[in-house]
Amino acid sequence: MTVANAPALTSGDAGTTSRRHPLSEPAPGRPHRRGLGKYLGLTPFAFYVVLFLAIPTILAVTTGFFTEDGRPTIDNVAGLFAPTVLTAFGNSFLVSAVTAVVGSIVGALVCYALLGTKVEGALRSTINSLSSVLAQFGGVMLAFAFIAALGTQGLVTKVLADLASVDLYANGPWLYKVPGLLVVYLYFQVPLMVITFMPALEGLKTTWAEANATLGGTRFTYWTRIAFPVLAPSFIGGLLLLFANAFSSYATAAALVSQGSPIVPLQIRGALISETVLGRENMAGALALGMIVVMVVVMWGYSVLQSRTSRWQK
Amino acid sequence: MSAASRLGTEPNRVTRAVILGVVGGIFAIPIIAMIQFTFRDGLAGGYTVTHWTGLIGEDAARTYRILFQAIGNSVVLAIVTVAIVLLILLPTMILVHLQFPKLKRVLEFICIVPITVPAIVLVVGLAPVYAIVVRLFGSGAWTLAFAYGITVLPYAYRAIQSNLDAVPVVILSEAARSLGANWPTVLRLVLLPNLRRGVLAAAFIAVAVVLGEFTIASILNRTNLQTALLQVSQSDPYVAAIFALLALALVFGLLLLIGRLGAPRNRRTE
Repeated sequence: MTVANAPALTSGDAGTTSRRHPLSEPAPGRPHRRGLGKYLGLTPFAFYVVLFLAIPTILAVTTGFFTEDGRPTIDNVAGLFAPTVLTAFGNSFLVSAVTAVVGSIVGALVCYALLGTKVEGALRSTINSLSSVLAQFGGVMLAFAFIAALGTQGLVTKVLADLASVDLYANGPWLYKVPGLLVVYLYFQVPLMVITFMPALEGLKTTWAEANATLGGTRFTYWTRIAFPVLAPSFIGGLLLLFANAFSSYATAAALVSQGSPIVPLQIRGALISETVLGRENMAGALALGMIVVMVVVMWGYSVLQSRTSRWQK
Repeated sequence: MSAASRLGTEPNRVTRAVILGVVGGIFAIPIIAMIQFTFRDGLAGGYTVTHWTGLIGEDAARTYRILFQAIGNSVVLAIVTVAIVLLILLPTMILVHLQFPKLKRVLEFICIVPITVPAIVLVVGLAPVYAIVVRLFGSGAWTLAFAYGITVLPYAYRAIQSNLDAVPVVILSEAARSLGANWPTVLRLVLLPNLRRGVLAAAFIAVAVVLGEFTIASILNRTNLQTALLQVSQSDPYVAAIFALLALALVFGLLLLIGRLGAPRNRRTE
């Protein structure tokens, strides 16, 4: 079962749990404990997941097919092809793709630089913890930090203007628009790649390098013939995870973008909290459906590549 | 190490220093800028410590009431979310591991779903669910923890599962059972001590995720640390930056602690 089946299967998940019970008898030879009682142990989790994961997900992706008063319609889904929405999807793709490619390359370089350092050493554990913080804790803080650094009154902006007379804002307030997101998102993309890709790089075995050397190979052939092909699935997997991460990111953009809703998550916010146009909540459902479709495709690719990687990582 | 370096599998010292130095240096800039920002004396230039000292002044409690209230909310949310992880997820994982090995894949799948369903999508469907939650439990800040329990599911699951995989849980519990221990005793004296690291890591990561959560709280019109930071930044950006820094330092400390608790990989080789 893969992550990719998410929306289709979340509905059935908890259901399968309870339906499967009679099938999952204890292994032969093991005493049958407390009969039905042990199945009851699964109900709190099943109940919780149905209420707060399955139902919200189903509601999110289906409301797009209904009008405000509950009649079925395809207007909202058709609304996905309106120019503003298409532009938002285009921007989201652009931001996610660019930051995923740059982030995964820089992240992989950092992982490479960490090869050969002690796994439990201070350097490695500090970089690990820093990466986890920066990968997960972006959001509002990140917007503040970049406004303080690159904003119109930012430290870097001023230093560049004073020392090199470079005007970062010659072309307008880019930081608060899509180009700004490109820069700021890298700040959590690179650390996420470091966390994701490090295990794969550590899995490279010294014996492979030795075999390469014994057979007359050079460093170059080691990397091109052995390391890169072996690492390719996990690298591309990491790239897809980064894409999904940027695509679904909301907080940083919400705190940074000053005008309009240039990316899809901000479009959803606009549709949800709009007080001027009625029936927009169902448009949020259609947008959510669009996002889920993209996420499922990307995460499906990720899980396929992950299972391919885990074959040799063990 | 030198052999590996000669074979070309590892970077030499210079390469390593250059890569880490350049990336580290660039990544330090925004944080340094934010620290410098908290000492700025308005737009006029010059430096001051009043933004920091103002926090411990007599008026602070009144001036920053929203912020302190929001921190209180976030702390409560973190506690309730950890409780959800410990009381709902952990028992289920142990139960599945011991009694329903066939359901392992199903459980894993469920726990990973929240990665594919972004918070901004989930919140579209959470709005109607919370209309009911509010009717049942009132509109207390803590109710948001129901949603956060889902958000932390992938992280908490991974932390506990790697510990479960590294410890022979089935053998241990059957040994204890054959020596006459009942299930509560097995759980208390055998399983939990062995799973301490995974459980602690899960709890810490849950706290870190909850303290950083913005999306769901903001769309559902709730107040937590992150939404209050954004709100306060409109009127007093210095204080907002100070609190953002403090929260960042706190979460970094928590995650450093998780690292010290030992990664599952280290444990297996011990």
